[in-house]
Amino acid sequence: MTANPSVSSSVFPSVGRMLVYAVLALAVAFFLLPLYAMLVTSFKDAEEIRSTSLLALPGGLDWSAWSTAWSSACTGVDCNGLRPFFWNSVAMAVPAVLISTVWGALNGYVLSLWKFRGSDTLFGLLLFGVFMPFQVVLLPMSQVLGMLGLSSSITGLVLVHCLAGLAGTTLFFRNYYAAIPKELVNAARMDGASFWQIFWRIVLPLSTPIVMVTLIWQFTNIWNDFLFGVVFSGTESKPITVGLNNLANTSSSVKAYNVDMAAAIIAGLPTMVIYVLAGKFFVRGLTAGAVKG
Amino acid sequence: MKNSFETWLPKLVVAPAFVLGFAFIYGLMVWNGVLSFSASRMLPNYEWVGLAQYEKLWAMDRWWVALKNLGIFGVGYVGGSLIIGVLLAVLLDQRIRAEGALRTIYLYPMALSFVVTGTAWKWLLNPGMGFEKLMRDWGFTHFEFGWLVDTEMAIYCVVIAGIWQSAGFAMALFLAGLRGIDDSIIKAAQVDGASLPRIYWRIVLPALRPVFFSTLMVLSHLAIKSFDLVMALTAGGPGFATDVPATFMYTMSFSRGQIGLGAASATMMLATVAALVIPYLYSELRSKPHDR
Repeated sequence: MTANPSVSSSVFPSVGRMLVYAVLALAVAFFLLPLYAMLVTSFKDAEEIRSTSLLALPGGLDWSAWSTAWSSACTGVDCNGLRPFFWNSVAMAVPAVLISTVWGALNGYVLSLWKFRGSDTLFGLLLFGVFMPFQVVLLPMSQVLGMLGLSSSITGLVLVHCLAGLAGTTLFFRNYYAAIPKELVNAARMDGASFWQIFWRIVLPLSTPIVMVTLIWQFTNIWNDFLFGVVFSGTESKPITVGLNNLANTSSSVKAYNVDMAAAIIAGLPTMVIYVLAGKFFVRGLTAGAVKG
Repeated sequence: MKNSFETWLPKLVVAPAFVLGFAFIYGLMVWNGVLSFSASRMLPNYEWVGLAQYEKLWAMDRWWVALKNLGIFGVGYVGGSLIIGVLLAVLLDQRIRAEGALRTIYLYPMALSFVVTGTAWKWLLNPGMGFEKLMRDWGFTHFEFGWLVDTEMAIYCVVIAGIWQSAGFAMALFLAGLRGIDDSIIKAAQVDGASLPRIYWRIVLPALRPVFFSTLMVLSHLAIKSFDLVMALTAGGPGFATDVPATFMYTMSFSRGQIGLGAASATMMLATVAALVIPYLYSELRSKPHDR
């Protein structure tokens, strides 16, 4: 709504306006508090955590909790910090994101520009994959991974994420390509352009925004996944979410909250950075994910 | 020759997606269904036992606790996120200075993993530390906040952390909806002398109904599937007081060696989501023909 300011300010008195800002500021405090508390706690030592307030700034920038969280904190019997889990997540997310994006682009291209009889129905059936509770696939999928010899491997996790993300990436590209004018494609076809030529020369150059949305959306989903990670990974292939959960739930004698908080920030950092740098694409993914069809 | 290849090519390109996608979605769904009718315990076996696993499931206290928690969590999480989301969206719509920065702040939890969120809130809600200590430092020396370890109240901790995670998402959707409303209707109402709150209540919010339904749908299915947050925040405890169907399914299948029972609980989750989503998907796909 972009009514001119004078209209609104006359209707909305200044007291009301103050109230609006007050509520918004309160919400800012609510949303930022956990991040703030995590950050300041990660720089305190155990004694400082006990003696100072939750909100108090740390005495100094003590990075030791961070280095412990990264390379020497114990998760169960191993004491290598989050580092191996972090690189497992990278090794899992990068191929899974790329494959599912390319796959989604091809499917979306066909489903919007090369429709065939029944393609809409098939797509509708595929769409249920976006909503289905993955609990239903856990038990059979672990059997399948076993049969393929991919149990407890990163390759197995990549496969699962590609399959689980397929419906979503196809949906994104299909809806985006539906907006490409039919005339453009038809004219190219008249000129004898082939299926692949149309894709490479016409469709792909128009795709940058949706490719960004899909890459970011898939990366966020796959990096943040816990369910597949905890069920399908083995000792050598646990992703960072599982590492963090194990670390935070390890029942050692003294709880090192500073290390837990540093670890949580490390686990959340990649998606946070992307969110700050490319928030617009992230939000577009969110809204596109909610409004189907 | 080339022509017939060209007509087949598009179908050939999507064939793997549909074959693998359907095998993953529907094939495994059926397979899970078969397991739920089997006597499987530690390992899958295919000895047919009919509805025995379902009877066992519905006779378990723990399953009922999980369902009750899902009810509390679902209502609190979805309701709380919707209310806070609408409120923030309407307020942000008042040509607020620094709107972009505020939106970024409200939405950032959505970029984080529920495991990260759960770990952070576990620290804040920790009795003796976190909020309790903060309030005591502020002079409320007898302040107590022990929800996280209280069998009755722990599930509300999950609700709080869930709302924190998702309210910004609801806000983003509602804000997008608000921006899509035709200005002229609002201007006309203003000319007629209607107050701004009244315009929102009578005109703007009713116009947001489709957005409301989409948001409700997405949040509800997230609530039913919710797993990570509970695992990170309470791990289902104390005892199994904060179990939800998703954590129940996980525990039975992967640590209790009750695969048949786990499969049956997964089928119940599927049925719930399907009952919610299929009518929605059907109407969405129906209402908008796709040759736009």
